[in-house]
Amino acid sequence: MSALPTDPVAPQPKKNYLNAEYGVFSWLLTRDHKRIAILYLFSVSIFFMLGGLMAVLIRMELATPAGDLVEPDIYNRLFTMHGVLMIFFFLIPAIPAVLGNFLIPIMIGAKDLAFPKINLLSWYLYVAGGLFTLWALIHGGVDTGWTFYAPLSTTYSNTWVLPVGIGIFINGFSSILTGLNFIVTIHRMRAPGMTWFRMPLFVWSHYATSLIQVLGTPVLAITVLLLAAERIFHVGIFDPKLGGDPVLFQHLFWFYSHPAVYIMILPAMGVVSELIAAFSRKKVFGYHFVAFASVAIAVLGFLVWAHHMFVAGISVYAATVFSILSMLVAVPSAVKVFNWTATLYKGSVSWETPMLYAIGFIGLFTIGGLTGVMLATLGIDIHVHDTYFIVAHFHYIMVGGAIMGYLGGLHYWWPKITGKMYPVFLSKLSALVIFIGFNVTFAPQFVLGYLGMPRRYHAYPEEFQVLNVMSSAGATILGVGYLMPLLYFVWAMRYGKDAPANPWGAVGLEWQIPSPPPTENFHEIPVVTHDAYEYEKPSLKEAPVVG
Amino acid sequence: MSADTHHENAAPLAHHFESYEQQRESASLGMWLFLGQEIMFFGGLFMVYILYRWMYPHAFAEASNMLNVQLGTFNTAVLIGSSLTMALAVRASQTGQSRKIVLFLILTMILGTTFLGVKAFEYHHKWEEHLIPGSSFAFEGKDPAHSQMFFFLYFAMTGLHALHMIVGLGLLAWLCFPAWKGRFSAENHNYVEGVGLYWHFVDIVWIFLFPLLYLIGRKGA
Repeated sequence: MSALPTDPVAPQPKKNYLNAEYGVFSWLLTRDHKRIAILYLFSVSIFFMLGGLMAVLIRMELATPAGDLVEPDIYNRLFTMHGVLMIFFFLIPAIPAVLGNFLIPIMIGAKDLAFPKINLLSWYLYVAGGLFTLWALIHGGVDTGWTFYAPLSTTYSNTWVLPVGIGIFINGFSSILTGLNFIVTIHRMRAPGMTWFRMPLFVWSHYATSLIQVLGTPVLAITVLLLAAERIFHVGIFDPKLGGDPVLFQHLFWFYSHPAVYIMILPAMGVVSELIAAFSRKKVFGYHFVAFASVAIAVLGFLVWAHHMFVAGISVYAATVFSILSMLVAVPSAVKVFNWTATLYKGSVSWETPMLYAIGFIGLFTIGGLTGVMLATLGIDIHVHDTYFIVAHFHYIMVGGAIMGYLGGLHYWWPKITGKMYPVFLSKLSALVIFIGFNVTFAPQFVLGYLGMPRRYHAYPEEFQVLNVMSSAGATILGVGYLMPLLYFVWAMRYGKDAPANPWGAVGLEWQIPSPPPTENFHEIPVVTHDAYEYEKPSLKEAPVVG
Repeated sequence: MSADTHHENAAPLAHHFESYEQQRESASLGMWLFLGQEIMFFGGLFMVYILYRWMYPHAFAEASNMLNVQLGTFNTAVLIGSSLTMALAVRASQTGQSRKIVLFLILTMILGTTFLGVKAFEYHHKWEEHLIPGSSFAFEGKDPAHSQMFFFLYFAMTGLHALHMIVGLGLLAWLCFPAWKGRFSAENHNYVEGVGLYWHFVDIVWIFLFPLLYLIGRKGA
């Protein structure tokens, strides 16, 4: 992408961001966006494992129809903490704070994010919020569901709603500041020649994500504050017994929490755009459409929140409007899927590990997205509301979409981040195991939901057992699939082969600097003279190392 | 940049920026985005207030009549004055007149503190009249439950606003020392400008709070 006079066979310099400094404080006080990304990588992994542990217990309980493993109260806490940890402390930060943090400055040719200290502050806010939530977890957790519906959350729940609320409030500012940092960086830090329409689509999707983070998250923050005030002072804002309105809580909550879905999926779409282009050796088909589809999803995402509330007592007129608006989100989503497919067409596709995840993403996201259109339809939504159909739908988006994207991205950029290669066979096997495990876990839940099995119960009628056992068995396979990358990534950090600067023969500024990159990313700010994804120009595939 | 040699005391260019202009524009855009999230943050509360005001107009108007319009008007004037002195401080920082910056910062702080003093007096008065929501709340009206809701929102909104004022005062105090030392110049006055933007934002929030809480529906009670 850049034309810099360089030595084409430059050896990998020994100094990079990983070994530039040593000691705990060189990490805890770092302002290097790459080191902060590593801090996030470790912390989100911990929360992913904790949230996964809850999921294991949930699936164990549901292996039999009777509630024989945990008490109903404990079960409520399990699914609540599973949701809280996975959504607020894993899915929302995962791709932006790890891969986005690491890659955005490099992809646009900058030395760091615009505000390195605020970037570090974001991580500390994330950790502080996480500790509050863990504190509540240790004391017995919270049982309201991650949605904290009033008046259960404001009046009746005797669990640790407040510490979890505080944890989410603090963590929210981490998310806001990360988004703010990205937007300013993308606006102001682009290298000479890096115009808006030369940016990789990964950067575009993070720009759209950041807009949601900055504009949506504060509404959740004020909602949590009102909830806390109502719990502490017993003043009726949401509790109807005290003169408040519980539907207002749902409006305020979903005004953030629906766009939050796009905070989770848009970055994964950005990853997939990179992977599809790199492994089909082609320019992304309809680059401008894919870029604007990200922004369109972010904007439309703010106009659809009440589709979570079709049975909450909103008027038929309002429900109809929100139903139509929700279906509109399918348009930019479909634009992306079709354009990825068109990129594959006549490309020279190679099946490296990241590509397996990307293809998995497209299939699973399509199923998740199409069932989303079903759910936006009023009649169907009322039938399957609060059933396992919903659970299956959003896991296809969150796990089949966001986590597949995250893992695909990790496998793609791992050599860049750590400077080490991971075992090829094992990684391909893990992608397969995860894909199979995922589908065996969640496909039966569509059927269960359509047959009428409600979500959030620890026991169920016996006729649902076969499908539930399938789902639990699938969860076991999925769990094994997730453990494999964890193990071989750690193994590769110590024993892996040294990675070359550009192991995939990909284009993009990040592949033109050494692996791992030096602390300053670029010794000289590059001058960009090409569009993104110029795979048709053979000279760029063997792009020189400019570190 | 030649600025390095001209202003030995000036705040240095951070390592990852290419020019002072880039640094200044980044800081300014960052502040605007921060204010964008502040608007959404306060916006949630305004939304709750507007909804309940619309649902219970009489209870809210009755409760609103208990507020002291004279003090509210006085405070509005004080805050608008502080916005003027803040703007003058930013202007002085752009021309690098360090003594003037400090003078206007201190004037702004005096006006801000006056506002908070009057607000504290108003809060104390409400305490004496048993208008603090909670177990000791006592209000003679047709719909005390929803009048209490008004007072809860009154304290939440003005309290959150006052909290932003206190943070603002802290930021102003923090600016005084580098301003006195002459660290701000035409190339680098991002901190003064950023705090200035923040201060104006907090003022504007009050410009919306004052009519919503004190003025509308006064005759209808």
